[in-house]
Amino acid sequence: MHPALQGLLTIVIGVGACLAYFWASNQILDKVLFPAKGPNAGRNINRASMIRPWLFLFPALFALTLYLAYPVLETLRLSLTDRRMGGAWAGFDNYSQMFSEAKFWEAMRNNMLWLVVVPALSTAFGLIVAQLTDRLRWGNVAKSLIFMPMAISFVGASVIWKLVYDARPPGTEQIGVLNAIYVFFTGGEPQQWLTIPLWNNFFLMVVLIWIQTGFAMVILSAALRGIPEETVEAAIVDGAGPFQIFFKIKVPQIYPTIMVVWTTITLVVLKIFDIVFAMTNGQWGTQVLANYMFDKLFRANDWGVGSASAIIIMVLVTPILVWNVVQARREMR
Amino acid sequence: MDNIAGHKSSLTWAVNISVVVIVALWLFPTVGLFVSSFRTADQIATTGWWKAPFAAEQNLVLRTKAPEDQVQEGDLYVISGNLFDEEGRDRLGISAWGTSSRDVAAYEPGDTVEDDEMRITLAKNGDYRVESGVAMEGRRGERLFVTALVPPEFTLDNYRQVLTSGNATDSMAKAFFNTLTVTIPATIIPIVVAAFAAYALAWMDFPGRALLIAFVVGLLVVPLQLALIPLLKLHLQIGIGKGYLGTWLAHTAFGLPLAIYLLRNYMAGLPRDIIENARVDGATDFQIFTKIILPLSYPALASFAIFQFLWTWNDLLVAKVFLIDATGQTTVMTNQIVELLGTRGGNWEILATAAFVSIAVPLVVFFAMQRYLVRGLLAGSVK
Repeated sequence: MHPALQGLLTIVIGVGACLAYFWASNQILDKVLFPAKGPNAGRNINRASMIRPWLFLFPALFALTLYLAYPVLETLRLSLTDRRMGGAWAGFDNYSQMFSEAKFWEAMRNNMLWLVVVPALSTAFGLIVAQLTDRLRWGNVAKSLIFMPMAISFVGASVIWKLVYDARPPGTEQIGVLNAIYVFFTGGEPQQWLTIPLWNNFFLMVVLIWIQTGFAMVILSAALRGIPEETVEAAIVDGAGPFQIFFKIKVPQIYPTIMVVWTTITLVVLKIFDIVFAMTNGQWGTQVLANYMFDKLFRANDWGVGSASAIIIMVLVTPILVWNVVQARREMR
Repeated sequence: MDNIAGHKSSLTWAVNISVVVIVALWLFPTVGLFVSSFRTADQIATTGWWKAPFAAEQNLVLRTKAPEDQVQEGDLYVISGNLFDEEGRDRLGISAWGTSSRDVAAYEPGDTVEDDEMRITLAKNGDYRVESGVAMEGRRGERLFVTALVPPEFTLDNYRQVLTSGNATDSMAKAFFNTLTVTIPATIIPIVVAAFAAYALAWMDFPGRALLIAFVVGLLVVPLQLALIPLLKLHLQIGIGKGYLGTWLAHTAFGLPLAIYLLRNYMAGLPRDIIENARVDGATDFQIFTKIILPLSYPALASFAIFQFLWTWNDLLVAKVFLIDATGQTTVMTNQIVELLGTRGGNWEILATAAFVSIAVPLVVFFAMQRYLVRGLLAGSVK
């Protein structure tokens, strides 16, 4: 069968089954179990409306519990067992084994670097671009062009930047922009950027900053628009310059939004896998936690240590989780 | 507003210029890949893509006619013709040439050179004459290395190769359909499931509602890395194994927290009167939901649909863990590209084109639906 046809068929079955559940379950509730007519009509309607929320919620709750809540606990359990002993209880052996690996500490160090650099620079660039394009006639065009990398996959972005970082042997013409500029201005030898220890991490981070700046820009520029004009006008009347207006009037007012952008990008960074996997695969000292975990799971086939490193990622996320829930509950009230 | 105090900002120019610079910087890498995907392998390897619109000096390897075409003139054996005509190329101006790969620019056009008992003359326009005292032998003509100014050339051959060649490692056609098969249900199913759940959380009264909302918000940040091992084990146990069904379920579940959160916020903001009037008129919640809420929620549904589409189309990790099996029949484009990076890391014409095939669809969606995407982002992040 042609792959297109095969795909279409599977799509129809998959989506159809999902729609059928909602339709059929509500039909059964209304027509068979508790029909809204006959002697018990009033009672039946009440009963039906007690059950219906759970019909609506069931697929979502089922999927969330099975695919997100249960794995948290199961991964925690797996991280305390040993694969070679047939899944026997191993206490903290996996963790101590992991903590004794240099590659793990390299991943930790790099992840911390990523966590400091990427959210900070993405947010800063986003804020600068949002402010600069704010009153520009072609601001919207500029914004969508800077926002565009958001649509590109991390893998696609990796290919794009690999071409930028490409190096040819000395003496031949460089086809990577970075080396072309470097050779032209310094006259030095072309560099293999992705193999230079420590610095290569920053060359990888550039890719994510390139992608995330657009996201920060969109949200921050909406926040800038939301600033009441009176405060800015008052500052101008008092003789404030553009820089003073920006740093002393505007930035403090959108501070909560900056925090939201910052934490959102932090979450992306903690899970970053594709860029490192596609560009260096953790070689030359560029390992990060998520890729380390993937290595342990699917190359070394060691789910004990793999789960342990997943738990480390979870621990790093937890403060944001708590903060989110607290915020949400405050809003509900 | 900068003009309120009656003073025209002198920064306007600086702002315009800096935005132009930033936009150029942001576009430059993508444009590079795009241009490269239309160039030939030779061109990509010899000049930077930013020189693509200009003619460039290139070294070509061309052959004269084979010895079977030699003509006897007196006591000389001669082969003559035009190098470019033999290969069916346009005639180019030759700036230097050579007879060995060690020194490809040894001679000027017009020079006559002794080489292996042959006298070779090559003119600027590619006319050559090979003379020899004895009859020449061999099946193929003499190899000549020519430096010529090659005009810019753009081709669709790369796309033809990537999309239609039977070569399993290069072919993106199958991966393209696989990606679609993953993406479409993985976009629609979570929307349907999340919309029902969001309605229940926003407008239906039942015990434990606040707790459930907190549960969803908490799950927003759970890294999907945690789900990999337990769920892969589960899928293998219950017999789904690696395949589309498991991938859809995984994508659905991972997309749900954001979907429910976005849609619930949106639906909770809809006017209470409409819903209560419908209830008084005897509509059930199922009818209210399908006839009133769903049509009204169209903008929120669209914005989530775009997110989920981009996310599943661009995903690598979920596909790698839950979908791609040993046969490689169900590979997706992102994975195909990562593999190309490994096997054909230097073949930029293939890599660039393959990457662009996978980028094209999200870019079209992005530019067509940007309005909804931004609206969705704002609904989710700014309160």
